Amino acid sequence: MAVTVSIPTQLRAVTGGDAEAEVDGATVGEVLDALFDRYEELRDRICQDGTLRRFVNVYVSGEDIRFLSGLDTEVRPGQDVKILPAVAGGA
Amino acid sequence: MAIDALRCKECGTEYDLGALYVCERCFGPLEVTYDHAPIGDVGQARRRIQGGPQNIWRYADFLPLEAQPGPSVRASSRAGLPAGCTPLVRADRLAERLGLGEVWVKNDAANPTHSFKDRVVSVALARARELGFDTLACASTGNLANSVAAHAAAAGLDSYVFIPADLEEQKILATGVYGTNLIAVNGTYDDVNRLCTELSADHPWAFVNVNMRPYYAEGSKTLAYETAEQLGWETPDRVVAPIASGSLFTKIARGFEEWLELGLIDGEVPAMNGAQAAGCSPVATAYADGQDVCRPVKPDTIAKSLAIGNPADGPYALDLARRTGGGIDSVTDDEVRAGIRLLAETTGIFTETAGGVTTATLAKLAQRGDIGRDERVVVYITGEGLKTLDAVRGTFAVHEVDASVESFAAALPETVTA
Repeated sequence: MAVTVSIPTQLRAVTGGDAEAEVDGATVGEVLDALFDRYEELRDRICQDGTLRRFVNVYVSGEDIRFLSGLDTEVRPGQDVKILPAVAGGA
Repeated sequence: MAIDALRCKECGTEYDLGALYVCERCFGPLEVTYDHAPIGDVGQARRRIQGGPQNIWRYADFLPLEAQPGPSVRASSRAGLPAGCTPLVRADRLAERLGLGEVWVKNDAANPTHSFKDRVVSVALARARELGFDTLACASTGNLANSVAAHAAAAGLDSYVFIPADLEEQKILATGVYGTNLIAVNGTYDDVNRLCTELSADHPWAFVNVNMRPYYAEGSKTLAYETAEQLGWETPDRVVAPIASGSLFTKIARGFEEWLELGLIDGEVPAMNGAQAAGCSPVATAYADGQDVCRPVKPDTIAKSLAIGNPADGPYALDLARRTGGGIDSVTDDEVRAGIRLLAETTGIFTETAGGVTTATLAKLAQRGDIGRDERVVVYITGEGLKTLDAVRGTFAVHEVDASVESFAAALPETVTA
């Protein structure tokens, strides 16, 4: 089942400039693993010790996966997965 | 010029001083580093600051700009919409009410658009111009919207301001008036912020709190510089400040730390107490639970200027509160309203809900016995009460009378003279 993952500019150096990737996976974890298979260097940039680094946000159809089921969050056909830096914004 | 590089707070990777905010290696936040020359004659260094303009550019040596607008360049340091040099008020009546020894209120509502945001926007705008941008933008909970729209107008730049659609009407009106492109997003601040993060990737705009964030955040250090200068080049013992993203909170401490390291001021880094509203308290919750990261929340509070459910600097705020002997507390909306009233009734300062959060947190610390009688405490009031009028509606009585002495006497019999 193909899912579109959007890749932030800060990570495109390790995706050969790709801004989007179509990968297979039924959960966010599976989608990311498939992404790492394609772009090996991506893994260390956004994961540490098997979990997402603390300044990485992942969204499924606009919702932060920490409000869903984290890496176990299901991804259905047609939904998009976004990786974004968490360090923006603020007061 | 003391500005040196951008450096990742997590892994230490350095970058050129461009419109960058995220480390490409680990996604950590980037921060400006400086290469200050040692301060030889402290008295001379202090006099140089005191001789500067009555705004934040008196501290230009410590801000992330190449061609500094002041203090030597007098004309340019007064152009635009100068911010800062707000009153530090000794609040004896507030201290007495709370059983404390010495309390000072830093009233940052006394800025051009009535919140501390004018400090950070001034710095972001100056740096954005140095980097060649001609359009400002921001994701805002309201105060920043006011400030970006106004500063862009003063500087003659285009601006795009993104706000949550449910913002207080006063804040929407006080933004649109400056002629900005105002975009009300159906969602929370965190949704607005995500949208702006995405837009910043392919729009050639200076998003003050996204791609300008390392520079923007530095503006909050001036709150510490001013406080220390106003206290006679000393640090306070304790600071109470609001936490939304945690940027203001951590940069106030950074300002004190920098000047202590340079030997410009005496004292120690204050105990740092953070204040959140219970309806949006991811940092206070993580503090109470002993966590070092924050679990995001969906905000539900009247303190909309603090309603950031996914605080970018949360981990650093937690670390700061712990290592300085401070803490992070949360207060209910009712306590926020009471805090607004307490500050107004004892100091004559009318603050918006964020200041209610801060004052209520001060009261909570006092009641819990966390503050010693011998401590000098500074409370940071970051915004103006006229921006959130709904918060005080119905918290006091109005005497309605006819225009006659009899009617007045009937309504307020205790005032009748014999």
